[in-house]
Amino acid sequence: MKVGIPAEIFPNELRVAATPKTVKRLQKQGFEVYIQHNAGLKANYSDKDFEEAGAKIVAAAADIYGKSDIVLKVKEPAMEEVDMMREGLVTLSYLWPAQNQPLLQKLADKKVNAIAMDAIPRISRAQKMDVLSSMANIAGYRSVIEGSFYFGRFLNGQITAAGKVEPAKVLVIGAGVAGLAAIGAANSLGAIVRAFDTRKEVAEQIESMGAQFLTVEINEDGATASGYSKEMSPAFIAAEMALFKAQAAEVDIIITTAQIPGRPAPKLILADHVAVMKPGSVIVDLAASSGGNCELTKNGEVYTTDNGVTIIGKLNQLPTQASQLYGNNLCHLLDDMGKADKWKIDMEDAVVSRAMVTYNGKINWPPAPLPVSPPKTKAAEVIMEDPKIAAERKNKKEGKSMIIKLGVIGALLLAMGQFAPGEFMQHFTVFVLAVFIGWQVIWNVSHSLHTPLMAVTNAISGIIIVGGLLQVKDDLSNSAVATVVASIAILVASINIVGGFMVTHRMLKMFKK
Amino acid sequence: MIFIEKEIQTAAYLFASILFILSLGGLSSQESAKRSVFYGIVGMGIAILATVLGKGVEGHIYIIGAISAAAIIGTLLARKVEMTSMPQLVAILHSFVGLAAVLVGYGSYLDPAAHKLSSSEHTIHLVEVFIGVFIGAITFTGSIVAWGKLEGKIMSKPLLYPGRHAVNIVLLLTSIVLGVMFAGAEGTNGMIYLYIMTAIAGFIGVMLVMAIGGADMPVVVSMLNSYSGWAASAAGFMLGNDLLIVTGALVGSSGAILSIIMCEAMNRSFFSVILGGFGAVTSSGEAAVMEGEVTSLTHEEVADLLKEAKSIVIVPGYGMAVAKAQYPIYDMVKTLQKAGKKVRFAIHPVAGRLPGHMNVLLAEAHVPYDIVLEMDEINPDLPDTDVVMVIGANDVVNPGAQDDPSSPIYGMPVIEAWKAEKVIIMKRSMSVGYAGVENPLFYKPNAEMLYGDAKDSVEKILGFLKA
Repeated sequence: MKVGIPAEIFPNELRVAATPKTVKRLQKQGFEVYIQHNAGLKANYSDKDFEEAGAKIVAAAADIYGKSDIVLKVKEPAMEEVDMMREGLVTLSYLWPAQNQPLLQKLADKKVNAIAMDAIPRISRAQKMDVLSSMANIAGYRSVIEGSFYFGRFLNGQITAAGKVEPAKVLVIGAGVAGLAAIGAANSLGAIVRAFDTRKEVAEQIESMGAQFLTVEINEDGATASGYSKEMSPAFIAAEMALFKAQAAEVDIIITTAQIPGRPAPKLILADHVAVMKPGSVIVDLAASSGGNCELTKNGEVYTTDNGVTIIGKLNQLPTQASQLYGNNLCHLLDDMGKADKWKIDMEDAVVSRAMVTYNGKINWPPAPLPVSPPKTKAAEVIMEDPKIAAERKNKKEGKSMIIKLGVIGALLLAMGQFAPGEFMQHFTVFVLAVFIGWQVIWNVSHSLHTPLMAVTNAISGIIIVGGLLQVKDDLSNSAVATVVASIAILVASINIVGGFMVTHRMLKMFKK
Repeated sequence: MIFIEKEIQTAAYLFASILFILSLGGLSSQESAKRSVFYGIVGMGIAILATVLGKGVEGHIYIIGAISAAAIIGTLLARKVEMTSMPQLVAILHSFVGLAAVLVGYGSYLDPAAHKLSSSEHTIHLVEVFIGVFIGAITFTGSIVAWGKLEGKIMSKPLLYPGRHAVNIVLLLTSIVLGVMFAGAEGTNGMIYLYIMTAIAGFIGVMLVMAIGGADMPVVVSMLNSYSGWAASAAGFMLGNDLLIVTGALVGSSGAILSIIMCEAMNRSFFSVILGGFGAVTSSGEAAVMEGEVTSLTHEEVADLLKEAKSIVIVPGYGMAVAKAQYPIYDMVKTLQKAGKKVRFAIHPVAGRLPGHMNVLLAEAHVPYDIVLEMDEINPDLPDTDVVMVIGANDVVNPGAQDDPSSPIYGMPVIEAWKAEKVIIMKRSMSVGYAGVENPLFYKPNAEMLYGDAKDSVEKILGFLKA
């Protein structure tokens, strides 16, 4: 089967859908790879690199679209690209099906089977082909780098001979993949990072990346079944705005990542928030392409406001890195679809059926919903109890049962004293006290020394030799049996003593720091 | 021959008891552990000397003969044993104590002096003999079966037959009846009852251990350890010897504590282990459906992962012991450490077939004990760990124990390997662990399998690491 990779025609698109590494991988999967001349140039991959990896270079895009079985692409195809496509072609690319109805119609008319990589459902099995996650990861990382570039100070706090430097404060809004990547990058550069998200469930993730979780005092959770956040109530938004305003005055860099699929990005940083920011502060708006989270963002532009705040509305795509990850995502999907020899478009498959937005001339959009994480059962909440109260109750209960137990034990001992001879009671006293001592001593034994403990107790329990020693007789005439029995007892007990101590010694010698 | 007075003998016994307690107490840390053996040996020497020199001890020639022969056998055993077969050695040594207890019980019954006691004292003495022999016989046969299972001579699957609890109860009741008849018999006429009871107890011992599965062996071995102590204690009662009572009680409680620790580590009650049949139980409720897919890596890819990682945690299990992989593993650890990586071991309390088994194996390969951590010490560090390598372990890293209430091992404390950035599971195949439970860990997106023999795999990885 032939896989073709055309050059991207959109001027701002620097990525390419395959790299020399993924080309090798595609060949391992059994595909023949054809790539358009200079397709990887903007991502720093030359034709020579691709040729060395085993791809064949094709001069014209028309050949790619006309002769391949599968086309790998980054951006959604332009209308003129669709014109070049042959019937039955499978394409893998971004499509944004919700916004691109006419394009879908045209693809369906041409009987192109188009897979929208942005429509891959976000379930655990499909994580390895989730291009939104892999691209968001890059964007999150890059947002901190660009923000730091326009910010006139260090991000980390330092105490130098020339004076003390305060660490920068970074606020990340939206803790999706991009937000978390931004938190991680800012944190590792040494900034103080705070993060806001309407979904309470991400608090733990935010904290694990090293940021402080900010929230508003209104009980409303923004989580939805799709894993994205929903739009919140007016009261919540008012509280949120107050929080952002207070934060805006304090922080140095704001990175916004809030996006709602298929809709313009919510406006979170208003003009009056920007007005209270310190001169030299930076806003990085990752939602710029869908309208921006900041009212003042200009898509594709970086500019400074009158009060000295730099607003970044475009990001370098890191095309070399992005192409590699994107290419990997595509390879994973092809892997899942059976590679070259078992290639199959399985419309029963949860991933393929949702991402394949046009199939056999029909539009297959929107797909059936698919919840992300299973709903939590109520049972889990019932168990939740104040641990203090629980501990106290347990304590009381234990106290009560202890009294009963002691009573029973006392009664039994009394009964025993009534019947048993004095000597037995003496031995019994020794026995009980020895059990208590043993109990206290053994709990202190280190877990790692449990095997030596068993070996040494083995040796010590050889003390039963004493029993044998007392039973051996000189005169075999009337106690031959007793002496033989006792001698065997001595023999086996001594094996225990000697073997047990020696092996313990051998083991303990091995433990070295 | 010099004899020592009864009072001096008692003093010597007291001193020996103190030394034994110090010996056990010394095991609280690796530093003080070295003295442990010394205390034990001195205590034992004093105890034996004080007994032999006591009044009324005869047959020195037989004593010396038996002890010398035993010294040779014991030395050979201790020298030859491989650390991977420590569980077998411990089990067989338990059986010796059991056997000795039975024999001492017989001897004590045959001793004419015992029959000169007053009637109530005589009855008590006979009961002591009977109980001592009973415990001794169970310990003896139980330990031999345990040895057979550990050695692989007896199948490690639990042997369960219907009505076994009823049979055990009937056998126990029969023994009690025999005991009553034994206590009532004149002179040494009761010997026949003692023999029958020994046979019954021996059978109970066999069935008790046959019913227990391979993974529960640590509990069984520590339980038998405990029994061997109680057997010694019972012998002490019948001989009126406090030293035996004290020492037996120390050993008995030691074994009991180990059993409790093992049971807690498996989140199972002591009785459910003893009554056997783990793994044969089908889980109630529907088992969680495995979501995701199992992906595997090659040795080279694992080596590349390790090269990139900064902190690595290795979780060894019984598979490491079987493959004897501890030496190449430590070679690999040294190579990684030289490259500036933080490498540590995480040990689950029930890993292996003996409490602390993994620690001994790692110590054998000269792994310094300060990089060998317990489960509770390592768990908080796992989210910051780059790579966790699970070598021949399965159930101890099963996330189902925490989040799947239908799992048979739900509630068992486990090493949270899945919290690390990447988990590599070295395993021979996709088969389930001893608990017979599917492991959702293998299906996690950050988990990768590496199939093959542990030793072989580690050596290959080491080759790539050095290349």
